[in-house]
Amino acid sequence: MSTLTPEDVAEIVAILDGTPYASLEIATSRFRLRVARESGDANPARAEWSQEWDYGAPASAMRDAATPGVPVLDAVPDGLASVPAPLPGVFYHAPAPGAPPFVAVGDTVSADTVVGIVETMKLMNPVHAGVAGKVTAFCVANAVMVETGTALLHISPT
Amino acid sequence: MIRRLFIANRGEIALRVIRSAQRLGIVTILGASESDKDSLPARLADEVAIIGPAPAAQSYLDVAAVVAAARAARADAVHPGYGFLSENAGFARDLAAAGIIFVGPDPAGLDAMGDKLAARRVATEAGLPVVPGGEAADANAAMARALETGFPVLLKAVAGGGGKGMKRVTCAEDLPAAISMAMSEAQASFGNPAVYVERFIGSGRHVEVQVLGDGENAIHLGTRDCSIQRRFQKLVEEAPAPDLPDAVRAGLEDAAVKLTKRLSYRGAGTVEFLVDAETHDYFFLEMNARIQVEHPVTEAITGIDLVEQQLLVAGGAKLTLDQSMIRPHGHAIEVRINAEDPAEDFRPAPGVVTRAAWPAGPGIRIDSHIARGGVVPPFYDSLIGKLIVHGQSRAEAVAGMARALAALRIEGVPTTTGLHRRIMADPRFMAGGVDTRFFENFV
Repeated sequence: MSTLTPEDVAEIVAILDGTPYASLEIATSRFRLRVARESGDANPARAEWSQEWDYGAPASAMRDAATPGVPVLDAVPDGLASVPAPLPGVFYHAPAPGAPPFVAVGDTVSADTVVGIVETMKLMNPVHAGVAGKVTAFCVANAVMVETGTALLHISPT
Repeated sequence: MIRRLFIANRGEIALRVIRSAQRLGIVTILGASESDKDSLPARLADEVAIIGPAPAAQSYLDVAAVVAAARAARADAVHPGYGFLSENAGFARDLAAAGIIFVGPDPAGLDAMGDKLAARRVATEAGLPVVPGGEAADANAAMARALETGFPVLLKAVAGGGGKGMKRVTCAEDLPAAISMAMSEAQASFGNPAVYVERFIGSGRHVEVQVLGDGENAIHLGTRDCSIQRRFQKLVEEAPAPDLPDAVRAGLEDAAVKLTKRLSYRGAGTVEFLVDAETHDYFFLEMNARIQVEHPVTEAITGIDLVEQQLLVAGGAKLTLDQSMIRPHGHAIEVRINAEDPAEDFRPAPGVVTRAAWPAGPGIRIDSHIARGGVVPPFYDSLIGKLIVHGQSRAEAVAGMARALAALRIEGVPTTTGLHRRIMADPRFMAGGVDTRFFENFV
């Protein structure tokens, strides 16, 4: 299959480098390439080039990416504090499959207590309660994808 | 001879393998998760097979699903890339049982190097020095090990690499919490929670040697330095390792070849060493039985396509290269452009890239799967591309990298680009030969 290769881009840049042209755009049915001389270096012999490829990402990909996972839940009931997800990822109640959960409903926690982990890009990020009090509810089931700010659990502050 | 190659990976490495395979006239089939079905590798592969839903445990880490997809695609070989199943001996065995070539060492070789204890034993037998430490099945065993070797200790995933599951622990009190976190990360990344406890060496440089073997012969392709790490994640790599006495460099290369030969190793591998920054004493750390993220710096100075060599050896050929044909030239640096937010302590930042203007020009190589509209899903690691610059000298490579980074524009997600610009301007980096504590004094 013929695709745009890095070698193609290198050749195009080499050709342009010897000319006064500042940029070039090529569009085929398969891809669009823009090669441009980056401004900022007064000496054109030392100019840097940039390359932008566009393979026509489908709008659906952009849309899907904008709204993955579960939506942010309802407003926090009066008198309760919610613990928001610090970043998008998969929320786990326990440190490992089969292990007891970090906390259970009814547990008393301090602001530093780890109440769960959010796995993002293979890194385990501890979630701290952020407030001292008693756990009243989990808002998200174990091993569910969450967005930044999703309420993970509710705490009745003491 | 490989005719149909199944790529069991994603992102930039999937695209990089597809390109070398297509140049060799091999038909490529990408095994993609649901969330990667519109990715650039999926568009550029000859065929795409969906292996499962987005979470890696149900797709890229699911041995049965990947083997079934490779069979259904009538693949005669599978390239595992790095991470995921690349060092999983069970996966290699299941492929062999299905009559499919695993592009990597044979399962026995994977077992020998995948188990860090066994690797240390083989390395010791081959005459390589090692750092004190050992495996720990659970938190109690880890504590016993740590008390043996003394604090501070380093926790590492037995099955892994790439810094996943790796933690530095300075006192006994912190060990229980760190070990459960390390085991969870090891489980998530490699499907195996076992952890390894090792003495932490203060002023160390991470130097590694690229090797190639065909089961009989073995050669090295010189050194790489990967000392610039944040939280044990490599960020900047270069070849050759700078500021090392010739005798030390030769000692590392010889040791790596000795180990490779002793293992009757087939394919591309990397022998990692910890080098004391002051005394230049070195210790064998581990051997990575796969292609590595930073392999392009070696390709830049040697002119050898390592993925092509992997495919040739996996196809049954003997190495046509011998040591005298490896003539490294100049210096190369790679920086990892990750989707991470510098304002949030480099927290991973998934999203959609709305503009990707990568640098271009002589001496510049871009390995990336991200173009305009490229999606960075929250399920996998944060690497969106690698920028590699080759120069006649190290100084030229550093200056070239600084200029290339000035031309780099990624919009839509925050990246490590700004961090790399500051590293290239840091006098310690410009001088060369920094140790792994570089970031402790970095502003």
